[in-house]
Amino acid sequence: MPGRSPLTPTITYRYDGSFEGFLCCVFESYDAHELPAAIVGPDAPELSLFGVKEIPTDAERAARVARSIPSRISMEADALIRHAFLTCLPEKELVMLRFLRQGYRYGARFLSFAGNEEVWRLTEAVKHLLHEAHLLKGFIRFSDQKGVLVTTIGPKNFVLPFLARHFAERFPEEHLLIYDEKHHAALVYRPYESAIIPMDDFRAAPPDEEERKFRALWRAFYDAVEIRPRHNEKCRMTLLPKRYWRYMTEFSKDEPSELLKLRTIA
Amino acid sequence: MDTMAKLRILSDAAKYDAACTSSGAQKTAKRGGIGSAEACGICHSFAGDGRCISLLKVLQTNVCVYDCAYCVNRRSNDARRAAFSPRELAELVIAFYRRNYIEGLFLSSGVAGSPDAATETMIETLRLLREEYRFSGYIHAKAIPGADAALVRRLGLLADRLSVNIELPSGQSLRRLAPDKTKAAILGPMSLIRGGLDENRRDLVRFRHAPRFAPAGQSTQMIVGATEESDRQILSLSSALYERYRLKRVFYSAYIPVNDAATLPPVGTPPPLWREHRLYQADWLLRFYGFSSEELFDKTEGRLHPYLDPKCHWALRHKELFPLEVNRAPYELLLRVPGVGVKSAWRITRARRAASLSWDALAKIGVVTKRARHFLIANGKRYFDAPVEKDALLLDLMSPRERALFHRETAPFRQLSLFDEETPALSPAERRELSCLAAPL
Repeated sequence: MPGRSPLTPTITYRYDGSFEGFLCCVFESYDAHELPAAIVGPDAPELSLFGVKEIPTDAERAARVARSIPSRISMEADALIRHAFLTCLPEKELVMLRFLRQGYRYGARFLSFAGNEEVWRLTEAVKHLLHEAHLLKGFIRFSDQKGVLVTTIGPKNFVLPFLARHFAERFPEEHLLIYDEKHHAALVYRPYESAIIPMDDFRAAPPDEEERKFRALWRAFYDAVEIRPRHNEKCRMTLLPKRYWRYMTEFSKDEPSELLKLRTIA
Repeated sequence: MDTMAKLRILSDAAKYDAACTSSGAQKTAKRGGIGSAEACGICHSFAGDGRCISLLKVLQTNVCVYDCAYCVNRRSNDARRAAFSPRELAELVIAFYRRNYIEGLFLSSGVAGSPDAATETMIETLRLLREEYRFSGYIHAKAIPGADAALVRRLGLLADRLSVNIELPSGQSLRRLAPDKTKAAILGPMSLIRGGLDENRRDLVRFRHAPRFAPAGQSTQMIVGATEESDRQILSLSSALYERYRLKRVFYSAYIPVNDAATLPPVGTPPPLWREHRLYQADWLLRFYGFSSEELFDKTEGRLHPYLDPKCHWALRHKELFPLEVNRAPYELLLRVPGVGVKSAWRITRARRAASLSWDALAKIGVVTKRARHFLIANGKRYFDAPVEKDALLLDLMSPRERALFHRETAPFRQLSLFDEETPALSPAERRELSCLAAPL
């Protein structure tokens, strides 16, 4: 197998989960002349048959590997690796390591090896990431909470970096909070600056009257716009997968407002 | 009437317009403003019919002085009427846009009073959005046939895309079903818009800050199945529109009977969705694959093949070109291979520079090998060891839906096998039934 280490993998790498940490795993793999059987993050359960090697994150080692990718493979490979790190590909670190080892051997033309397993798997994973980021640019539904636009998402891939730029360009004057409940991180934006911060939990306050009004209007529009003789459930599900529905206004209902409850009781 | 009631009426009345794309414009909000657009367009939701919802698609009003037989908003129809004031609509757009419900506005209007008056109200809505709310998101506006040239021009400076609906594919059908509209009244604004686009392109070369006239270009829509025009007539019209008027898109809308008129299919007739689907397939071939409309048809046949997609059908009629060696064939010919798309053709030309391509590599590139295997050779190797029987080949090229359709339609005369040189001869009655095949498969 081209690029595979002749050594039988006998060890598991554990790193801190950061991109720099991953680059240090690449360094270690070359330094120790070995190919790990697995590369796991800090929270991975201890179930390996193999010994675990802790890989400390070292800024200098990481920088050396980071420089080597565009210069010894290509800029395109660099972008692919950086994007691949954000994907939900199972065992992505190991695939990325195998990719890099072959990339260093073949150089710039490696990315055009259409039949190569690692090139293909990373390209597909990144395609999935970018597609999900694109979908969420449309599927996100904000609620106006005292002037701040807030929302929760549950994507498979880590898409917040892509949403940051998009929404900053779209709503430069707004205050935004996008909470990713799968990755426990949030994108916060206020005019002309944004940050992605770790966040354990976030719950939006119940909607006020005005918010309810626009939600109801949107649901009315959503229902009115369908052409009933053309109803096509399968088509809708293909284009708008069900896992997004629970975050979207048009598929949820609001609790009746406090005011209405009082009135009903009276 | 409150906003909710108006929205219900005016979106319900606007929904038969097929276009909901937000593509073709690329811009970001200015400081103090709101709204951006991406060239590829963004879908915000999908309705129960599977159509994309990108823009808030509404009418300014459904009051109309015209009486077009196919239209729900026609004067003689007993429907509830409503109208948005420009301010009310602009506020709704901004409230929806901030919550990321929509990508922008698709504004059309019934002809309330006169074409000029209706256009002026639309202009006021767009002016409020652009100037007061500093909205730079996507706006698609419908030009009203018969409106003054200066007004259409003003509309084009405020909108990203303009469209005029052709509605019916021939002047004859227009006369019969839309007596208030003439071919000239529709094509007039279209050439006006084209003129505006050309002039704007020249201005932009000279003055960088010249205001942009409909930067996402113009589109149109045709109703399919309300009248007798053949696929061939429709597609040659589309291809003329792409060339002569430089349209970005032609949309096809399967006719859904909303009115009972003697000249129209009765209410309850299923919309010819299958035919609409074929027209879109052919339309893609015209725009991205270098086909001309005439190439898509046999000598005399006026309709697209019911069981084979137009690209497969073309390939079967040009056996002399195949099989192609994928490692050597020029890009233009790769594009014509069933199972190879614009992206995979591009990837092939790139990948084969690094290493010659095998069948395995082609699958990873994204070629649909199920189709392409009948038309390509990879490294001198055919996909199958033995030649494929004609009938088996045809069945293999059909999608599961097409196959089901084929079995259902041709069961009584199976022995008259469906062969490559001839499309099956169906009687006029069968033909009519075919053209109304809905999606019950």
